[in-house]
Amino acid sequence: MIRKLIDLIAGNAVPAIFIIISAFAIPLSGFSASYLVQELLTRIGRNSFLILSLLIPIMAGMGLNFGMVLGAMAGQIGLLFIYDWGVVGIPGMVLACLIGTPIAIVLGVFCGAVLNRAKGREMVTSYILGFFINGVYQLVVLYLMGWVIPITNPTLLLSRGYGVRNAVSLVGIRGVLDNLIPAVISGTTQTGQFLSTQGSGAFLMFQLPFFDGTIRIPLATLLLIALFCIFIVWFRKTKLGQDMRAIGQSQSVSDSSGIPVNRTRIIAIVISTVLACYGQIIYLQNMGTLNTYNSHEQAGMFSIAALLIGGASVSRASIANVFVGVILFHLMFIVAPMAGKNLIGEAQIGEYFRVFVSYGIIAIALVLHAWKRNREREASRRSLRGNRGGR
Amino acid sequence: MSDSNSMPLLELQHIGKEFYGNRVLTDISFDVMPGEIIGLVGENGAGKSTLLNILFGMPVISSTGGYEGDIHISGKPVHFTSPNQALAQGIGMVHQEFSLIPGFTATENILLNREVLNGSLMSYVFSDRVSTLDRDAMLRRASDALNTLGVNISPSMTVNEMPVGYKQFIEIAREIDRKNTRLLFLDEPTAVLTEQEAEILLIALKKLAKQGIAIVFISHRLSEVKTLCSRIIVLRDGRLITDSPAEELTTRQIASLMVGRESERRIEEAELPNEAIEANETTATVTLAKPLKKKKKPKPALKVEHLWVDMPGETVRDVSFEVKKGEIFGIGGLAGHGKLGIPNGIMGLYPSGGKVRLFGKRLALNKPRAALGRKMAFVSEDRRGVGLLLDEPLDWNITFTAMQTQGRFLLGIPFIFQVRNEYAMRKETEKYIEALSIKCTGPSQKAGELSGGNQQKLCLAKAFVLRPNILLICEPTRGIDIGAKTLVLDTLKKYNKDNGTTIIITSSELEELRSVCDRVAIVDKGEIAGVLPASSPAEEFGMLMMGEKPRIELSKSE
Amino acid sequence: MINRFIQNAGWPRIIIALFLLGLFIAAPFVGVRVDTSLSNTLVRFGMNGVMVLAMIPMVQAGCGLNFGLPLGIIAGLLGATLSIEWNVEILARLIELGAQYKISWLNEAFITTWREPIGFASAIIIAIPIAVILGWLYGKLLNRVKGDEMMIATYVGFSSVSFMCIAWLLLPYKNPTMVWGYAGRGLRTTISVEGYWLHVLSDALSVNINGHLYIPTGMLIFFAVMAIIVWIFMRTKTGTAITAVGSNPEFARASGVNVDKMRTISVIMSTVLGAIGIIVYEQSFGFIQLYMGPFYMALPAVASILLGGASVNKATILNVIVGTFLFQGILTMTPSVINSYLQTDMSEVIRLIVSNGMILYALTRKVRAGR
Repeated sequence: MIRKLIDLIAGNAVPAIFIIISAFAIPLSGFSASYLVQELLTRIGRNSFLILSLLIPIMAGMGLNFGMVLGAMAGQIGLLFIYDWGVVGIPGMVLACLIGTPIAIVLGVFCGAVLNRAKGREMVTSYILGFFINGVYQLVVLYLMGWVIPITNPTLLLSRGYGVRNAVSLVGIRGVLDNLIPAVISGTTQTGQFLSTQGSGAFLMFQLPFFDGTIRIPLATLLLIALFCIFIVWFRKTKLGQDMRAIGQSQSVSDSSGIPVNRTRIIAIVISTVLACYGQIIYLQNMGTLNTYNSHEQAGMFSIAALLIGGASVSRASIANVFVGVILFHLMFIVAPMAGKNLIGEAQIGEYFRVFVSYGIIAIALVLHAWKRNREREASRRSLRGNRGGR
Repeated sequence: MSDSNSMPLLELQHIGKEFYGNRVLTDISFDVMPGEIIGLVGENGAGKSTLLNILFGMPVISSTGGYEGDIHISGKPVHFTSPNQALAQGIGMVHQEFSLIPGFTATENILLNREVLNGSLMSYVFSDRVSTLDRDAMLRRASDALNTLGVNISPSMTVNEMPVGYKQFIEIAREIDRKNTRLLFLDEPTAVLTEQEAEILLIALKKLAKQGIAIVFISHRLSEVKTLCSRIIVLRDGRLITDSPAEELTTRQIASLMVGRESERRIEEAELPNEAIEANETTATVTLAKPLKKKKKPKPALKVEHLWVDMPGETVRDVSFEVKKGEIFGIGGLAGHGKLGIPNGIMGLYPSGGKVRLFGKRLALNKPRAALGRKMAFVSEDRRGVGLLLDEPLDWNITFTAMQTQGRFLLGIPFIFQVRNEYAMRKETEKYIEALSIKCTGPSQKAGELSGGNQQKLCLAKAFVLRPNILLICEPTRGIDIGAKTLVLDTLKKYNKDNGTTIIITSSELEELRSVCDRVAIVDKGEIAGVLPASSPAEEFGMLMMGEKPRIELSKSE
Repeated sequence: MINRFIQNAGWPRIIIALFLLGLFIAAPFVGVRVDTSLSNTLVRFGMNGVMVLAMIPMVQAGCGLNFGLPLGIIAGLLGATLSIEWNVEILARLIELGAQYKISWLNEAFITTWREPIGFASAIIIAIPIAVILGWLYGKLLNRVKGDEMMIATYVGFSSVSFMCIAWLLLPYKNPTMVWGYAGRGLRTTISVEGYWLHVLSDALSVNINGHLYIPTGMLIFFAVMAIIVWIFMRTKTGTAITAVGSNPEFARASGVNVDKMRTISVIMSTVLGAIGIIVYEQSFGFIQLYMGPFYMALPAVASILLGGASVNKATILNVIVGTFLFQGILTMTPSVINSYLQTDMSEVIRLIVSNGMILYALTRKVRAGR
């Protein structure tokens, strides 16, 4: 009974703590509700896809896929090419995805194969693998592009003639998906004003009374995310999904019942990597700027932190965890610097605080997971003992 | 069922197997007819598992040079190279260890990797694996399988919430659900069941047999074997000893057939109930740990009272016995009944309770350090897992325990600064390498590079270095070749003789215990079934081991 | 024979060693002086050696590679900053003590001459107890998460670094050479140790031949002393027990060893060595790097020891020496040689690929050997 209570609290402690932190920090930051909602909507659109890509490896018992940065890099390579070729708009995004997909598949197969050789320590291996491939990525982008790999557009290259510049403006695809189906929520008083700035006609508009300000909704992105959620729900119901769940719980039993364990694990990683590739493309179309050498590095850490804050664990994660996580994590992200500034007069504190929280939360989640697993191992050991007749 | 009845479903012809020159199976031949229930019995190590491994084409067989003889199924010769091929031929197996996914429901487990799928366009484009599961159909099939068994288990219950007995039924249901299952092997299916559950299982199995499924039932519970099976096959030392209708054998006969030749002879000579009674009396007296009144009471070296040990798979429930000073005491019994738990518990390696007195003084339990501090030494049955530092040199292995618990092989001031004395370590190791003729390149060779027999000698050396008062040894000859076996046992005998050290040997091999020990205790279901002098007839040991205590049989006849 | 050597050393190690050799051979042809390169390698070897040494106890105790090294580094940073903050007081207190207990040599003149070494020693002396406490807590944590040590260590390291970022801002440091000038509080991101203990080890007994070959003798001797201490420690009764715990915890337990205690001791050792390591690094580098500075410091240390031939659960002093030399050699040689040849700085990329490739190799290899 008490154990159950402890389990319950341990299971939901993380989101609960975040709700409490936010409850204090929001008033301290002094942001208006409409600002927060706008920011949150933008960030949900920007980040959810990336976070969702983590779900399938968790289902297959491979833990948090720190190797998702591999997919992010594949997506960025796709974006660099469409920039070079000058393909813009939705076709540009699609083309970027098409270029990124094979790269992501190759990287995913590689990652899966490496992880199959490091069973039981998938996370630390995929984490280091991320760094390793980052080195290879830098080699390709910083040295080979414009030298071995032809790049025609000189604005993409460093002044020395090869290697991609540090910051690439993605103006060609900036916001194309977010604004594909323009939609706003607006207070009743400001509707007309907004209409005039937006121009062209076909968009959805929601009007809410007692609501101040205007909120743009990245509707197409959200629809795509919804589609992705449906994909995951469907995927869970397929034979492949069932096999992954089985492997996640017991590789040996799955193997003895004829499920191809290693192959299925590779498939899980490939799916995750490819989806992370798309996720990064969506993320960057919202940001509008590609930091060639940094954008992907943060993708993994922030996605994982958000998922964990949403209440997921290393072995169990749901779609709900993704959205709860993205909201709580980014709420803290938005308000922490202002709250820090207003509280101690130092915005830097809030800045560091959110970094600390991101890492701290991953550390805590990992500790809780290992702790729980060792406790379960102990419990299952106890159950093997049978009823002892000691008196 | 008319045609197939005349032709055997499975024919084994002269099956034999050697592992690295070690013969484990010799000329095994028998048939299984459709709808027949066969009891396959034998001690641990009689060759049952090897036989199953051969039948199911386990990789361990082909990787060690295959097997001899032929297997026919429905008259056609087969040679399986993977368990899946056997499954495809309709031969199913229910394992001793559950192979179930804990978080899955009964349905999901029964239909694991055989799920009912909805057809979809995607499955044509990609593969079947992207089709969704037809949960309703799966539920129906699972319920059918469970109903066939006649058990009332909800198909949507998850396995980790089930009592152990249910899991066994799920395993069997999984085999039944396979449409083509014609022959089912059950390895100790009742070991984890309550009496009531076992009864349901036996009824279910009979029902299955009526439907034409042949069953090979492997069990140590002889009474069950006798009530369930129509034919009983006894294996011993890799040979087929008996293959006869169940009604022609008594459980007592089966037991004696299982354990040894000598007892066989005794039974043939005369069925002497009186002798059994006598033996039983000695059993009773010693079991109760009452000192024999006739003899002067010698001070026991080790006195164990109501010991329980939580060792997974080897639970000890309530064990009391005494070991005399200078004695070689054996602990025997079937695997899984707790014989290994006793020494492991006394040494503090698994949670335990009860009272243990060492030379009259109470021993603190659950503290390996305390047991070692009282000059007890332990040789683990898990040589590679617990017994040795495989990645470290021999001198480390031999001297480490003495260094840590007795502060030997160190230089410097105790508690302040002590560095290991590699010279002394080397010298000591060289001494034992010579004394036990351990084959190695020298004290700095890694323990993992030695052969099984030499590793076992290393374990003994490690124990001897401690200069123990009491030596506890588990499975001293497991997995080592015959030459090394005799050497190990002789070494123990000699050590006992030369130093007067009390030795407690735990072994699955009864013959070995009887040849070395003065007295042998037999453990059954976590309790001591009886303690007999080693010279007692093997048959008596056999009966104790099988849980067919003579006491019970006699009281029934009275 | 050759096969056996390759098997023992492992392909990646041989390739890297040959690569380094190639760089040294190629150096004169592209106008890079071998002696200067060698000096640089030696300096960097001395700077990083102790931090690589910090890997040994934890690896030997089976706690895996110490990705949590930043924790030890934090202790070192606290020691370093506090030694500067309290420098004046410490020196004054020592003179006072000398007067009080009539120790004739502990006078003002002595203190003034030895001001810098005393400052350096005080940094280490302050850092050690902090490292012991942090290491003890860290060890307790790692004992509860057996099997997942490496991943958790990584994030314990990260989160403690980011936690300290907040602390550096808030801790009441006063010394004007360390705090932000305009705000009057909050430590700067880089703090110069000049005037306190810059190059106290590096320049001690240093040799300078023809203006190019510079040998930081003092720093190398310090590393040697630390290495010998670790070497002796691993041969003590406790050290032996730690090794046995790493090799087979069940064996150790059955031999009456307290496994958790041994693991905790090893973690404390690692943390203390990490603390000393960073102070040695700083005295040579000249600056204390705070905030995100220690963030990725574990990776080069981990990569070095693996490069030296250690595995996830076995490491020796020789692994440290060989590995640090190879790794730092590559880091010094690639910019100078490759840059002169290609006119571009590839050192960062090579560092990433070599160090992480090495770790990856070690992580995947162990599993294969275990089967």
